[in-house]
Amino acid sequence: MKFGRMKAQRRNRVMLVCLILLSTGAAVAFALLALNQNINLFYTPTQIVAGKAPENKLIRAGGMVVAGSLVRSGTGLDLRFIISDLRAAEVEVRYAGILPDLFREGQGVIAHGKLQDDGVFYAEEILAKHDENYMPPELLQEESQPE
Amino acid sequence: MIPELGHFSLILAAGLSVLLAVLPALGAGRRNPMLMASGAPLAAGVLVFILLSFACLLYAFAQDDFSVRYVAEHSNTALPLYYKIAAAWSAHEGSFLLWTLIMAVWTFAVACFSRSLTLDMQARVLSVLGLLTAGFTFFLLFTSNPFARNLPIFPLDGADLNPLLQDFGLIVHPPLLYMGYVGFAVPFAFAIATLTTGHLDAAWVRWSRPWTTVAWAFLSIGITLGSWWAYYELGWGGWWFWDAVENASFMPWLAGTALIHSLAVSDKRGLFKSWTVLLAIVTFSLSLLGAFLVRSGVLISVHAFAVDPARGIFILIFLGLVVGGSLVLYAFKATATKRASSYSWSSRETLLLVNNLLLSVAVAAILLGTLYPLLYEVVTSGGKISVGPPYFNTVFLPILVLLFLAMVFAPQSRWRETGVKQVLGKLMPVLAVAIFIVAGLTWMLELPLDPVGFVFQSIAVWLLFTLAGDWWLSSSTKKPLSASRLGMLLAHSGIGVAILGVAVTVCFSEGQDLRMLPGDVTSIQGYDFRFDEMTRVAGPNYMADRAQFSVSKNGQLVTHLYPEKRVYHVSRNVMTEADMDPSPLRDLYVALGEPLGGSAWAVRLHVKPFVRWIWFGGLMIAVGGFITVCDRRYRNFAARQPVFYDEETNKQMNTR
Repeated sequence: MKFGRMKAQRRNRVMLVCLILLSTGAAVAFALLALNQNINLFYTPTQIVAGKAPENKLIRAGGMVVAGSLVRSGTGLDLRFIISDLRAAEVEVRYAGILPDLFREGQGVIAHGKLQDDGVFYAEEILAKHDENYMPPELLQEESQPE
Repeated sequence: MIPELGHFSLILAAGLSVLLAVLPALGAGRRNPMLMASGAPLAAGVLVFILLSFACLLYAFAQDDFSVRYVAEHSNTALPLYYKIAAAWSAHEGSFLLWTLIMAVWTFAVACFSRSLTLDMQARVLSVLGLLTAGFTFFLLFTSNPFARNLPIFPLDGADLNPLLQDFGLIVHPPLLYMGYVGFAVPFAFAIATLTTGHLDAAWVRWSRPWTTVAWAFLSIGITLGSWWAYYELGWGGWWFWDAVENASFMPWLAGTALIHSLAVSDKRGLFKSWTVLLAIVTFSLSLLGAFLVRSGVLISVHAFAVDPARGIFILIFLGLVVGGSLVLYAFKATATKRASSYSWSSRETLLLVNNLLLSVAVAAILLGTLYPLLYEVVTSGGKISVGPPYFNTVFLPILVLLFLAMVFAPQSRWRETGVKQVLGKLMPVLAVAIFIVAGLTWMLELPLDPVGFVFQSIAVWLLFTLAGDWWLSSSTKKPLSASRLGMLLAHSGIGVAILGVAVTVCFSEGQDLRMLPGDVTSIQGYDFRFDEMTRVAGPNYMADRAQFSVSKNGQLVTHLYPEKRVYHVSRNVMTEADMDPSPLRDLYVALGEPLGGSAWAVRLHVKPFVRWIWFGGLMIAVGGFITVCDRRYRNFAARQPVFYDEETNKQMNTR
């Protein structure tokens, strides 16, 4: 497999260009496909109540946990609570699992899960940031916008 | 007084770093040896004053000087002394002072260990580093002064350190991580300095190699420690979340890995030179981008520091200047000198080219996923999305498989041309053995078959076997293994060990979140977890509910575990302190959720096989990097002429 110097060089260059084109093409296609399937859109309770959020699709919902709304089942880890933004729209969230340390009633959370046709949000994951005064930036922005 | 002294030293350091940025470069331009030689003493001066400034901050923390706002916000009299000290870098201002200090340390190290450099080159390199240091110190002074006072009324006690950070991890993780991040400034400075001279000779490559490897090894330890910390501290047993800030450290690591390999090709074979320069620029730019992402608050992350738009804008402008400036310089100066060095498709050069391509694609894909929420927000004017782990796994895993293939073949290949049949004949039987072993174990232990996991386990074992065979063959000959070869074998084995750990943990971990009462027993993978009792214990600055679990297997007690739920006095923060029984083959992990009324508790139980392998692999990678640098060829470098090409004839003088 010994080529002349120029021939080997030209051959290498063609190889190189092909490799780069192929791998970039494959990578771009792959990345876009993967992105398309794995984007999680964020919705506020107002948007969910207004029917703007898709059903049966992984999304994120964020809001303040309404004080006194957390109810646990007596037997397992099932629980439900209500999130609202400050415009009186309320969405029930159901979850089975361990809540994060900083989950408190009256504070902001983000739930990751699916909205079902019964209007209840079934969460697979609950996020509360490790900061007492934390509010999801998304909500902060919602609030600062004029009604 | 002491904080003012710290502030004043910081100002002095800023002034000196401006001089460092200007004078040696001026000297290099005017061929004035006096000015050129001013670099080393100036670098020492910058280091002394930043060190003094940092010492003042540590002193303020140790003395509980709550008139300093930063101390009041992040410390407390009840903290143990070592956490008070570490609290100095627990938030933005102090951690950036640490960052700048490390920058000064690297600069001074370059000044010390650059005797083999020409004076001209040394001056240029130090000037670039001085320019960066100046940018960092001005950033501190203008937007993030850690010495700002709370006068005249200051709190009697501090607001306390975030309980999550009250941990050994805080003491070691940031300094090591920053050693890595900032260390990439050195190859960057070498690259820029070389570009300004106008000819890309081979010498800068040889100079950059040990520096790049050391910075990369530090970054490897930093990332590994971060992953380990997240595992035991965040309370849910995960070790990598594809979080924006983790990605911010992973991207420079991947780019640095590519840089190490392309430096090797440029050094040994004189190829890919302008690509190597570009990679050096990109790697450091990714470090800066990481700093921007973490400190500007543009991305939502558990790691993000407090938000201040002024900081974000400052770093963004600085990033723009550094990246833009160096790319412009690159565009005008990096005229690749045509060198006719031929290599066949079966050569090591090709495999390292593949390595670089794959790593670049991986960086690009991760960058896309990390920045996509930002792009989306801009394009849709305010739409909010997040990109989750599934994206990153989908794009990264196929690249990883290909990287593994390159990693198996490259150490067995030769420069210029390799006997393909011979190498295949050597490696394919090993692959067969690896698949046989993994399949056999899966079958014998009656484990569930996960196709992706099976592929990764097999190729990881394949890689480890080929490397072990390589090591065994070369150590059985008389000639001792060179440090660089040994380090390479160790670092590559580290990747194999880490990925094997990942593949086994992901496939065979079992866990459960459940409600338990004292006396309840739950069995996972043959381990019986019994919730014995709940007690209250008092820590130095917290109260804790502590559970006792006894874990037994086949009726035999394995261990007691004591997970805690802590409430910290000052901040009233609740913290989960998981407990685990580590061993090479499996971790037993218990974390407490919340009390469910009565004496019931939510409990998280995990059995995680091989999870320790991930971090052990990470350490092997880092140690491998450090060993490589001990190679004789770097020590003998001063004695040798750094010219490997005869400029007149374009002929390679030394290919080894």
